[in-house]
Amino acid sequence: MGIEVTVEGLTKSFGPQTVWQDVTLTLPPGEVTVMLGPSGTGKTVFLKSVIGLLKPEQGRVLVDGVDMVNSPEREIYRARRLFGLMFQDGALFGSLNLYDNIAFPLREHTRKKESEIRRTVMERMEMVGLVGSEAKLPGEISGGMRKRAGLARALVLDPQIVLCDEPDSGLDPVRTSYLSQLLIDLNAQIDATMLIVTHNLDIAATVPDNIGMLFRRELVAFGPREDLLASRIPVVRQFLSGRRAGPIGMSEEKDEAALALERADRPGPETDRPRPVPAQLEPSPGLPARRAVERRRARQHGLQPGGAA
Amino acid sequence: MSAVGGNPVAGALAHAGRLFALGATTVRDTFRRPFQVRELIEQFWFLASVTILPAALVSIPFGAVISLQVGSLAQQLGAQSFTGGASVLAVIQQASPLIVALLIAGAGGSAICADLGSRKIREELDAMEVMGVSPVQRLVVPRVLAATAVAVLLNGLVSVVGTLGGYFFNVLLQHGTPGAYLSSFSALAQLPDLYISEFKALVFGFIAGLVAAYRGLNPRGGPKGVGDAVNQAVVITFLLLFLVNVVLTAVYLRIVPQKGA
Repeated sequence: MGIEVTVEGLTKSFGPQTVWQDVTLTLPPGEVTVMLGPSGTGKTVFLKSVIGLLKPEQGRVLVDGVDMVNSPEREIYRARRLFGLMFQDGALFGSLNLYDNIAFPLREHTRKKESEIRRTVMERMEMVGLVGSEAKLPGEISGGMRKRAGLARALVLDPQIVLCDEPDSGLDPVRTSYLSQLLIDLNAQIDATMLIVTHNLDIAATVPDNIGMLFRRELVAFGPREDLLASRIPVVRQFLSGRRAGPIGMSEEKDEAALALERADRPGPETDRPRPVPAQLEPSPGLPARRAVERRRARQHGLQPGGAA
Repeated sequence: MSAVGGNPVAGALAHAGRLFALGATTVRDTFRRPFQVRELIEQFWFLASVTILPAALVSIPFGAVISLQVGSLAQQLGAQSFTGGASVLAVIQQASPLIVALLIAGAGGSAICADLGSRKIREELDAMEVMGVSPVQRLVVPRVLAATAVAVLLNGLVSVVGTLGGYFFNVLLQHGTPGAYLSSFSALAQLPDLYISEFKALVFGFIAGLVAAYRGLNPRGGPKGVGDAVNQAVVITFLLLFLVNVVLTAVYLRIVPQKGA
């Protein structure tokens, strides 16, 4: 079962510029969470802070008793083995072929025999649809393949927490849907806690259990998918509908004058309602049900996990 | 790394501090398992292959130049019989470690810096850290050790080739006598001269490898940043080498009594 990630009062800045401040949230064990936000609001920075690659100035990130911000480096390295991180463009080792890239964590952290490694690696490659490309170098394949290879490498150690940095960027819509399904299937199979950073609306609408949104150096919203999709918070509504009208501007935010102009420009009452909430993706037929759904229902009804729901 | 304030002095001090920290981590991680034997051998081989030939080619004319220069000066002073000893000391103690270090920094360090820098901007190093593997232990330690070892061994080569070059120029072009050359050599030179030469090469090789790794790990902003980092790594190494050379030479002359003094 996945591990709970608790973020408390996290604040990160680069020099005088604050990226976000006082971010507090909990990723419930085994659930899928999507972090939304316009470009440049520090979503990737947040992801890297969770795993301890960047050190926020304040706050803490608790994973299995280890504070990924302030704990000694040795403990952080140990805790990182619970994580699998899929980088934006794969971050594969350019000098190794795909097979060796995906086998790297196994060779590094386990004493498995080469035959066992082969089995695990091929299993993961099949999962992400890369069978037949084992011997290719990262420079010889497309961006989408690099991404999937990066995902396979992140999964090879059976992580309990999976972080995905923009899994959809550079993918066509069809591949993005496949990837969404893959992430849900994955969650059903390994029951890992997942955090997906993206600004893809389809992923946000159909994949997660929870949605968070970063804007103006703050976590403006965090909650269950249904609540956020039906939210009346202007920023969230604007983002989810992809309109120009609203607080988000071309540069990070609009000033008061631009907002006033916009209000004057549009006399009638807001007619656009939140879109109906689409159904969440189900695991592919033949896979076990997602255990997170059960736990979540139990939590919402105040029941013990495992009780009759 | 984030930019350090606006104060250039503070910035320089911060860089010096981080360089020292990386040096300390490198030394510590050298003894941490698993030791990267394969990477070390590959890096060693690479560094040796790009430096051996240029080192030999540079050291022959260098030995010759010193021989000619010292020879003509000694002739003016009427101390021609000491040409051998003087030029050999200059080659072994000063020229050889510096030639080695300049080649290691210029040919090997720049490649190390570019390699690490491009891995950094492709997020390979981040990926490594995420997978619980320390890039310092995995990549920096083998490179710095290889640079150090190649420097020490190459220094032997350059000393020999440089000395032979000096000998031939003195004997063939300046009509010095082989006997005078050799006797002044053994009158002035002593074994500690060779030790300090090798020690210098060791320190210089370490510095060259470390600075290259440090700049490679911290490129600023994109591919152009990597190019700048390589450039800076070579320049910083040169500056440090000459500074450290002064200190080592001064200390050596102080604590080891010179022969015939």
